[in-house]
Amino acid sequence: MNTFVSNAKPTSILYLDGVSVSFDGFKALNSLSFVIEPGELRAIIGPNGAGKTTMMDIITGKTRPDAGEVFFKGTIDLTQKDETEIAQLGIGRKFQKPTVFESHTVWDNLELALNRNRGVFSTLFYRLTAEDKTRIEDILSTVRLVGRKDDYAAHLSHGQKQWLEIGMLLAQEPELLLVDEPVAGMTDAETAETATLLKEIAKTRSVVVVEHDMGFIRDLGVKVTCLAEGSVLAEGSIDFVSAHQKVIENYLGR
Amino acid sequence: MITSFLAKALGRNIVIAAAILLALAALVPALNLLTAPDHALHVPTYVVSLFGKYLTYALLALALDLVWGFCGILSLGHAAFFALGGYAMGMYLMRQIGARGSYGNPLLPDFMVFLNWKELPWFWHGFDKFWFAALMAVLVPGLLAFVFGWFAFRSRVNGVYLSIITQAMTFALLLAFFRNDMGFGGNNGLTDFKDILGFNIQSNGTRSALFAASAIALALSLVITSGIVRSKYGKILIGVRDAESRTRFLGYRVEHMKLFAFVVSAMMAGVAGALYVPQVGIINPGEFEPANSIEVVIWTAVGGRGTLIGPIVGAIVVNGGKSIFTAAFPEFWLFALGGLFVLVTLFLPKGIVGTARQFVERRKEYRKAREAEAAAFAAEPQAAE
Ligand SMILES: Nc1ncnc2c1ncn2[C@@H]1O[C@H](COP(=O)(O)OP(=O)(O)OP(=O)(O)O)[C@@H](O)[C@H]1O
Ligand SMILES: [Mg+2]
Repeated sequence: MNTFVSNAKPTSILYLDGVSVSFDGFKALNSLSFVIEPGELRAIIGPNGAGKTTMMDIITGKTRPDAGEVFFKGTIDLTQKDETEIAQLGIGRKFQKPTVFESHTVWDNLELALNRNRGVFSTLFYRLTAEDKTRIEDILSTVRLVGRKDDYAAHLSHGQKQWLEIGMLLAQEPELLLVDEPVAGMTDAETAETATLLKEIAKTRSVVVVEHDMGFIRDLGVKVTCLAEGSVLAEGSIDFVSAHQKVIENYLGR
Repeated sequence: MITSFLAKALGRNIVIAAAILLALAALVPALNLLTAPDHALHVPTYVVSLFGKYLTYALLALALDLVWGFCGILSLGHAAFFALGGYAMGMYLMRQIGARGSYGNPLLPDFMVFLNWKELPWFWHGFDKFWFAALMAVLVPGLLAFVFGWFAFRSRVNGVYLSIITQAMTFALLLAFFRNDMGFGGNNGLTDFKDILGFNIQSNGTRSALFAASAIALALSLVITSGIVRSKYGKILIGVRDAESRTRFLGYRVEHMKLFAFVVSAMMAGVAGALYVPQVGIINPGEFEPANSIEVVIWTAVGGRGTLIGPIVGAIVVNGGKSIFTAAFPEFWLFALGGLFVLVTLFLPKGIVGTARQFVERRKEYRKAREAEAAAFAAEPQAAE
């Protein structure tokens, strides 16, 4: 066991130790360990197939690890819970391919994402309260979609869908956000705005961002973890990681 | 005031459709009972019964639309819920025959006497009361749907696999109900009904009342389903249909969402079956035939999946066509039905109502765009000043 990570367990918001998973004999994650502190914004980079998305699948209960520990807030064992429970615990996730409800309006997408009672009967008899209305309006302006609130999500541009999905995560009011490639398909201006937005969000919660866009990572200006072949290759500031010999060999130099 | 509130909560088209159904519930019986047979507006009793039967099919298609159109569950076993509701009603009608059966046994239906049974099986008790049979017509399909859905949705059986096991379910019931020792009349099913709630089942008045009951049941179910799909729960259901994992990661219990819709839908199908049996005068295991469930899917697709009104239109149009067609070329009906399904899938993928709705929406958008253009044009000279 990695003593550095195990000491950090009680105070961490997210704790992974020795996590491995294989698909048909292929090791997608190979004894992956890292720790996210409460309130931290962390960037994760790594070549295609490094296991970044698989790591998020493990944290959110979509995939069960073959070995290793995954703890939320030091005491909650995430490997024993399913997607729904983990979402209700306060972990939100943006998918690599933007996933919003295309046949609903932007407004309805946010309304469905609101952190309210999620049972069959409470949703059947749900009425929009003034409080919820204000909350949705706030999020609409945060993600710059006020003018499009009545449009179907299917009609949004790729970048706007990414933003809507981030808005949905905010509506969920999670303590930990996992954001998979948020700026893919965005213009440079949109990318810069997204960096600002994520930094803003990270003031009140912990965020883990996976990205390939090095300019964007630099804009974030936070601790970076580089994954390759299912485990951590290097961890530290962007300058430290991008000067790291192994990182250059495995990722940046390719 | 009330109408505008209803229109907002349910959708204007739904309110109109429900109002038409309620008007028919009053008008058709009146035209059958109060006009002379040679009157120009007279509706003959056989037409009343025929359309009464179509309305029960429409209710079955509406039930399917709730799960298929809004939740993506392509059930190929919905006729099973319909048939179970039908059997519950059939058992009541059997027990109403009493000593008037060919064997004159006051307690046992003819087929039981024929099988040499001495007493009524336990599950036939209570069916001498209408309220009990009516309750069972809803509860039994609901319970089956609950148990089936509980296992299927928890194990995340989806798509084709789910469709296949719904077919297996109705097929298993078909085989079970064929057996004489099951106690449901075997191959012949239940028939030779005499009266319902003390009224002669063949009389014009009863036929009209059954038509009215079917129309009212359909109107009510339409209003209920519309209320369901327009609620936040209904929006989640659509979310499950379009992006199931997204709803999960938002913290919803997808299996509960599906289960509720599936059970409500099965109960509606049960009501449809219970209204169908007294109008056609028989229920036999053939109603569990897998092809029956597939036909329901075709009605729904033809009318327009996910539109609520579409399945009603589809059920009536296809079955009307079937009645006309089978009279002229009985052996070609299945080819015609198959051909229709292929044509609709290719050229009207949204069905009749879905395509009409799309057309109206496009026109609206086009008009809006034109108006915006005109407004921009009108604003320009002022900006130049
Ligand atoms: N459910 C699965 N079944 C089989 N193989 C899988 C599964 N999920 C992931 N893999 C494999 O695991 C490896 C890691 O994939 P993953 O999607 O985590 O990479 P990634 O780091 O997110 O890459 P990218 O930058 O391209 O998104 C890949 O080789 C992938 O093919
Ligand atoms: Mg990935």
